[in-house]
Amino acid sequence: MRREADPRSIAGKAPRPERHVAIVVVGGGAAGVAAAVEAAGAGVEVLLVDENPVDNDMMAMDVPLYFGQRMQPSVRNRALMLARVVESNPALTGAYEAGVDVQLGTCVWGAFVNGPTMQQLDAPMLGLADERRSWLVGYDRLIVATGARDVVLGFPGWERAGVMGANALFSLLTRYRALAARRVVVLGSGSLGLRTATRALEHGVDVAAIVEVAPRVRGDAQRARALEARGVPILTSHTVRDARGPVGEVESLVVVRVDDAAKPVAGSERELACDTVCLAVGLTPSVELLALAGARLRFDSALGGWVPALDEAVRTSVATVFAAGDCAGFHDGMLANPELARRQGRLAGLAAAESLGALGRREAALQRATLDGPPPTEPPGEVHGHWQAWLGSLIHAGGWEVNVCQCEEVTRRELVETRPPRYLTWQSPQMSARSLDTLLRDGPINQDQIKRLTRAGMGPCQSRRCREQVALLLARATGTPVDRIPLPTFRPPIRPLPLSVLWPGDEPPAMRGDWVSWFGIPTQFSPHWEAGMAIDEPTAHGRLILSDE
Amino acid sequence: MSERQGAAVVIIGGGVTGLSAGWWLARAGVDVLVLERGIVGWEASGRNGGGATHVYSPFGLEEQRLWPQMDELLGYPTEYQPYRIGVALTEPQLALARRWAEIGAMRGFRWEALDRRQLKELVPIVGDSAIGGTYLHFGGHANPQRTVQAYAWALQDHGGRILQHTTVTGLTVRGGRVTAVETTRGTFGADTVVVAAGPQTGLFADMLGVSLPLAPARVEMIATEPIPLMRCGGVAGNGLYGRQTLRGNLVYGGGPHEWINVPDMAAPDHPNTPLVRNLARRLAELFPGAAHVRLIRAWGGVVENTPDGLPVIDRLASPDNVILATMSSVGFGLSPAAGRGVSELVLHGRCQFADLSALSLGRFAETPPDWRERAGWVSAGTPVAGAAAGDGGGD
Repeated sequence: MRREADPRSIAGKAPRPERHVAIVVVGGGAAGVAAAVEAAGAGVEVLLVDENPVDNDMMAMDVPLYFGQRMQPSVRNRALMLARVVESNPALTGAYEAGVDVQLGTCVWGAFVNGPTMQQLDAPMLGLADERRSWLVGYDRLIVATGARDVVLGFPGWERAGVMGANALFSLLTRYRALAARRVVVLGSGSLGLRTATRALEHGVDVAAIVEVAPRVRGDAQRARALEARGVPILTSHTVRDARGPVGEVESLVVVRVDDAAKPVAGSERELACDTVCLAVGLTPSVELLALAGARLRFDSALGGWVPALDEAVRTSVATVFAAGDCAGFHDGMLANPELARRQGRLAGLAAAESLGALGRREAALQRATLDGPPPTEPPGEVHGHWQAWLGSLIHAGGWEVNVCQCEEVTRRELVETRPPRYLTWQSPQMSARSLDTLLRDGPINQDQIKRLTRAGMGPCQSRRCREQVALLLARATGTPVDRIPLPTFRPPIRPLPLSVLWPGDEPPAMRGDWVSWFGIPTQFSPHWEAGMAIDEPTAHGRLILSDE
Repeated sequence: MSERQGAAVVIIGGGVTGLSAGWWLARAGVDVLVLERGIVGWEASGRNGGGATHVYSPFGLEEQRLWPQMDELLGYPTEYQPYRIGVALTEPQLALARRWAEIGAMRGFRWEALDRRQLKELVPIVGDSAIGGTYLHFGGHANPQRTVQAYAWALQDHGGRILQHTTVTGLTVRGGRVTAVETTRGTFGADTVVVAAGPQTGLFADMLGVSLPLAPARVEMIATEPIPLMRCGGVAGNGLYGRQTLRGNLVYGGGPHEWINVPDMAAPDHPNTPLVRNLARRLAELFPGAAHVRLIRAWGGVVENTPDGLPVIDRLASPDNVILATMSSVGFGLSPAAGRGVSELVLHGRCQFADLSALSLGRFAETPPDWRERAGWVSAGTPVAGAAAGDGGGD
């Protein structure tokens, strides 16, 4: 005999999307727009969402990029920023003209898909939000083109306003035309660093120096010479000692020469006047949405770390999810040639359209044949060794009392000693005896476990500023290859959103009527000494039982 | 696989109940080994509301006695904080909050009613929608993540062993007793076996020909960015359970659960649903002064329930050296006492500080095999291989 489903369970009242779209493309960069246009060209309904212009408060939290408080006040003018986002990316207009539903200023904060422990959703769906409200959109196919994030490595003073990432600098400089920087020191001489310096100069921002820990310039020698010819010193075999200035601001950066062991050479310090320090050491793919959508991730240092496992049609391990552009794997070649991302985007758009039956196999194959093969490039090399070299030099020059996590104020030392957070003011001989070494005796190192113990990575920036440096530091401290440190989990919402924005306006009556704090089993919390008495939470179905029944 | 160094007591499951039991046993000088499929406290034991206010339970008085001492007893921080405040937005909510308080009063604990003004003084983020509340001079809350690790470390400090990343695959029964526990990393001899494997506890009972009715379900929680600390962090209401952490985050859960199908031994995934929005709504209703605060994470976990929602803490008649311990989804707060109770079942054959007759397995002797169907506690989907679950209770 089967009675009605448990009214307090999710059965029959799982949240439903307010809209369902055949293909959702997330990210309006080169790859995302190309994917959207390609799929729309095949006659499929396509929604393209891009979070730019990013909400100003979120920018101030270094989300989604490491903006380092270098926004001009004009970013508060959303209408102006919206106009600039469109103006700086003409392809968006092209997508709109191709029939794509383009939604700007809209972020994706979650992906929800059925799985072994979740079976109630009608369809896979995304959580979307603008600055006012959130909503759900169901999809048949998802194309993720969310780009890459700056790899952030700390040094004394990196909490100051003016320390920022290269991708954020590009974004403020070219997309928003709202970069509040006059004189910048660029850290990193790879393609990313040289390009950052070149762009800065082109836009009238002084470049005080390019600092590189390696003994030689890592990027294109010709471009480096051109920069030097324009008066930009390139300081190789150098690292950062600290950023200085009045309270909370950057006025100068002290750099120091390092020896072959990445250790500072005494007396070689020099102080560079600047208001901005730009970390251009590397980029890592933004894979958080892919992770939530269930795509399998793998580690490939040459592609910037954790990337989605893809087949030749840029399809992830989830048949309905595709990835294109920098989020699928970033290397210097992507920077030099945006055609690579565009081509991946078109492949994704074609594959998604074909998988929906909008294109025949033959037709899709013909279309694919029109895509040029990727131009020959240098095979990308691994990058984590170089990031480790930077981190090592920064530790030698800056010490262990430097925050590795800004939000939670966890220092490098506290991380490797697995100290409980300072606000607990906890001390005991037992605690002092615990460390990464004792943890290692119990099993392989796990960043999520360290996060729970030290709180490194648990703050409002959602570990965007510390994820990589924590992993690198743990790898270094335990002698573990960085690829053997499991990727810490991503949890929704992958954008920090106010409760009042997430709040659903469309809650069905059953959700409200049958809501209970726990399971609503009347005997669960009944006093054991009064047999037969039950306590029930008030719902539309239940009632509060105050006496024996 | 070869025989490895066993222990007098082998505990299956490194959740909060198994770890606490192991710690109490190790403290008593017993040779104890905890086998954990993943990392200690990784499932619901380390991801829950952290509440420590369960005076209705046979373990309730001991729970209240032990929590204030736990930091010292363990030697590691649990972030335990005393007292609870109940906030009501409606008359039925107020009646419920008072009912909780009165149950405490029956056990000799003190509480007082709060009017809106008093409530606002104590909890500045409540709004005019609050009609009143309760202040319990008992109960409290702790940090689940820190507490499970504290149990594990303290257990080791007393000479106990924990093997992580070790999945139990079978039980060797000889002469009416379980003599060894078979795992992916060898076989471990045991004089006594404690099964505290959360939703999988029933699978081990099955292996021994014993029926333990358990229904697993998925539940979820949300956490905000930190806000200034309130005088009492143990504030809940409006259909939510949870607390403000000592860091300042608001961490709350509640709302619809999803009954899922019988887990196998694999670690489950921990998905969230769009219900995080509905949770956000209730939290903003409870605390209108925090409506602008940002949600920074959410998570889901799998917990198990018996048909009456009460624990099963019992020593089997046959094989007579096995103890089953499931807290029926309410394990964290009660863990200091429940672990002690389990340790006494091991050491003395009975719990000396509490009457556990209400938690016996025998009460389900007549439970029909299709009890989940009858209760409507069923999954929407077809049974899925790979669905699995956690190691302890949520609260």
